[in-house]
Amino acid sequence: MRLSYPTNIKIIKLPCTGKIDVLYLLKAFENGADGVYVAGCMEGDCHYLTGNLRARKRVEYAKKILDEVGIGGERLAMYNMSAAQGPRFVEVANEMTERIKELGPSPIKRKSTVKGSK
Amino acid sequence: MVIGEGKPIKDILFMIENYSKIILAGCRGCVTVCSAGGEKEVGILASALRLARQNEGKEIEIKEVSLERQCDPEYLEEIRSFVDEYEAILSIACGAGVQFLAETYKKTPIYPGINTNFIGVTQEQGVWTERCQSCGNCKLHLTGGICPITRCAKSLLNGPCGGSSDGKCEVNPETDCGWQMIYDRLKELGKLDQMEVIIPINDWTTSRDGGPRKIVREDLKL
Repeated sequence: MRLSYPTNIKIIKLPCTGKIDVLYLLKAFENGADGVYVAGCMEGDCHYLTGNLRARKRVEYAKKILDEVGIGGERLAMYNMSAAQGPRFVEVANEMTERIKELGPSPIKRKSTVKGSK
Repeated sequence: MVIGEGKPIKDILFMIENYSKIILAGCRGCVTVCSAGGEKEVGILASALRLARQNEGKEIEIKEVSLERQCDPEYLEEIRSFVDEYEAILSIACGAGVQFLAETYKKTPIYPGINTNFIGVTQEQGVWTERCQSCGNCKLHLTGGICPITRCAKSLLNGPCGGSSDGKCEVNPETDCGWQMIYDRLKELGKLDQMEVIIPINDWTTSRDGGPRKIVREDLKL
């Protein structure tokens, strides 16, 4: 298909979204990500049965933490798509990129920019 | 085990607002098992606190440690070599661990990062329920292995009360009536006659009424 998606997306591969940990998600933000999304298999299609369902719950938990610390849970999202849905992958990449562009850079980065400019 | 749960992050941030270099100390005992204060929770809380402080423009350095147990003196020594380099300790052990740390490191302010809730069990993955109030006078032999002090909202020793309805408690309709459970269990065991035995007024001197309790075993002392 040779579809293209925004270059700002950095893919981190995991064997299954069931490997997702709340800490991985928080660390991504600590390391400067403006937004993070988890792309899991379709619900009901998990090779390990419930990996993607567990991932969704962990994403929800991490969203709450991000709200509490002022980063904003809306910068984190969970999507489900199958390996055969290349066009959907591109659609989600665009959608998430648009959402984060609207929200602007991560607040911690804005703070450090201000600090650096002084 | 002792069951606890994390305090709201904003409460913790308020406690440590004046510090820029702290130790975040987890415990590998009970609170690890109930996912409130183990190594993993240390990592998550430290990350959350760093993010929050970066967001406020007041960065914080957090030393992440997990002690074997915070309720045994030898394990508290694990941080002695570097404790003076930090302004405060945030402990996510149970209340006993937090206090023991405070007693051990008198010059360092100690703050609790979790609330200690009860002695209980893992009902299922992610669900914990209370089983014991440590009253110091166990009666489980009289009540089919179900504690009336803990499981009955009124801690009745000769129940059930009139508020028991369809096996549920009037205090909270989602709570099973402790005495209904005791009755059902005794029936299953063929020991219903036990229900007719009047349990005398409780001796609360073994409970909290006499202040903090102490057990001394001369045979074990060094």
